Amino acid sequence: MSKVIERDGVQYEVIWEKPKGLKEKQMHYCPGCAHSTLEKLIMEVIGEKGLTENTIGVSPVGCSVFAYDYMDIDMQQAAHGRAAAVATGISRVFPDKLVFTIQGDGDLAAIGTAETIHACNRGENIVIFFVNNAIYGMTGGQMAPTTLEGQITSSSPHGRDVKLAGHPIKISELVAQLPGTCFVTRVAVNTPQNVKKTKAAIEKAFNNALDKKGTSLVELVGNCPSGWKMTPVNSYIWWEKNMIPMYPLGVIKDVDNN
Amino acid sequence: MGEIHLMKGNEALAEASIRAGLDAYFGYPITPQSEILEYFSRELPKKGIAFVQAESEVASINMVYGAAGCGKRVMTSTSSPGFSLMMEGVSYIACAELPCVLVNVQRGGPGLGTIQPSQGDYFQAVKGGGHGDYHMIVLAPNSVQEMADMPSIGFELAEKYRIPVLILADGALGQMMEKVEFKEYPKKNIEQNWATVGKPEKRDANVITSLFIESEVMEQVNIKLQKKYEQITEEVEDCELYHADDAEVFIVAYGISSRLAKKAVDLSREKGVRAGLIRPKILWPFPTKVIQKYATQAKGFISLEMSAGQMIEDVKLSLDGSVKSKHYGRMGGMIPAPEDILKEIESML
Amino acid sequence: MLKGFIEVDIERCKGCELCIGACPPKIACLSMSKQTNKKGYHFMEQTQNSCIGCGNCALMCPDSVITVYRLKK
Repeated sequence: MSKVIERDGVQYEVIWEKPKGLKEKQMHYCPGCAHSTLEKLIMEVIGEKGLTENTIGVSPVGCSVFAYDYMDIDMQQAAHGRAAAVATGISRVFPDKLVFTIQGDGDLAAIGTAETIHACNRGENIVIFFVNNAIYGMTGGQMAPTTLEGQITSSSPHGRDVKLAGHPIKISELVAQLPGTCFVTRVAVNTPQNVKKTKAAIEKAFNNALDKKGTSLVELVGNCPSGWKMTPVNSYIWWEKNMIPMYPLGVIKDVDNN
Repeated sequence: MGEIHLMKGNEALAEASIRAGLDAYFGYPITPQSEILEYFSRELPKKGIAFVQAESEVASINMVYGAAGCGKRVMTSTSSPGFSLMMEGVSYIACAELPCVLVNVQRGGPGLGTIQPSQGDYFQAVKGGGHGDYHMIVLAPNSVQEMADMPSIGFELAEKYRIPVLILADGALGQMMEKVEFKEYPKKNIEQNWATVGKPEKRDANVITSLFIESEVMEQVNIKLQKKYEQITEEVEDCELYHADDAEVFIVAYGISSRLAKKAVDLSREKGVRAGLIRPKILWPFPTKVIQKYATQAKGFISLEMSAGQMIEDVKLSLDGSVKSKHYGRMGGMIPAPEDILKEIESML
Repeated sequence: MLKGFIEVDIERCKGCELCIGACPPKIACLSMSKQTNKKGYHFMEQTQNSCIGCGNCALMCPDSVITVYRLKK
């Protein structure tokens, strides 16, 4: 039942308010950053499903390193790239708990590729949230494995040259091939509709873990206004024009619908 | 009397760990410790205890981090090159103050080195090994019996002080077979209200982290760790003494070397040379007070190690120039002969 | 009678303006403040009474600063 208040003698329903599962501390993320939206949505789902007591989260090294300062649940902070291994350790001793990671593209798709792929291959009963904004945000906007061809970053000042630096890596398509994954989807939060779809994907992934179906990976195609050197609004325009064509949205694998 | 078995050191360590209440093991194959992984792979699933053969030692140690953060009795084992790979994770574990037991069945290095026994990882074990100011408690067994005794001791110390405990063995101890008696090991009896187990409504969220980005806070974290290390240095010490009472030349040796040292002491005594042995069973904290006590009666100390001379530095620091001391050892998997050790003893007179 | 309205925690607003683009064009009840909050950001305000309480602004808001109310049916 939604909350109701009275104003000028008229009743109003609360349509949306800050999730209770978010701590008071203000997020350090830059204005307009998709990381904030993702953490907000995760805590909405955890709150609505009453999972607080049953959930352990893992934050990575990268922009979401401080996720534990915002999400009011038990959390562990993992070494760079190792979140999926840490989550494996937690999940194996607490098989009935909901265990998830939040990881960026540098963390998950570069230094942590081995841990990610093998956790998915073992079908660890965890949820991996992969925020792909095509850049290393925390360290100041260097080229990531997911940086687009020709994209200018602080370590590819002439644009990513795929002959020297390789091509943007599509992690979701990679892990979808592994039998251990039960659900792989790519979402965005660039429109209200997409925010709703992202929330639905989070719910679905959490349900999979509660039903012990294996690994779910939710790739959030994100933005990095500071790293891309754009205003938040312009970053959303660039996001839609450049990121989504390279990383198309939609379900890549769902064992429930095969 | 507990149960008596004839077992390899690696297997005895694995079996004793299960009896000591192991909740999870994560490991990766490497000679000469693979029997530990294999033993667990056979036994743990039967007992419903978590077991993962990880994709690397890097992954193993981070699985340990995750499970130890949940307040469980967790272990990994490896040999020297694999332990180097774990250093990142050990540094995180030390800062996050997670209790766990790690095992390094040392082989010869540097590099890929050799699969033969060595003691070349002493510095890595007792000085920290990874980045930042931290220590592990380091246990040094010298028999298959002690390979079995030390996991339980390790878990107790790890939980008491919230610190990673390393069992520093070597390829000889891992591979050799001896009689071993399994005892009744104490059950875990400590409240771990810091662990991530899922947040009930009425307590604040528990966070396992080693990130304290403000310098003022990070310094306080370091001060707290250093105080803990000082406390451990005061409270934790274990040495075996052999013919120490009247000795004038001391060998300081741990692990497999200490058994060669004992033989050399016997040979000396047969020749009328009063040699004695100080064997640290715990390498960190180092038994400085024991060394200092016997320094007053000694003509010299020999640090016997299967390395280029690492523990000798701690022996010298303990002696602080009061008595002469030297290193003797072999490297690359070569074993010192008692007769050669005897010559070194005689050279100190 | 208002169909809906919002409340904004202005001190937590980072002025990203994503809410403004999310407000349906026919409604367009939001704009950025002239003054700044303690952190120095221009913050978002509801400046028209046309709000229908659709919640799009709150869905988009990364910092959860908006509470949305809609007339109860």
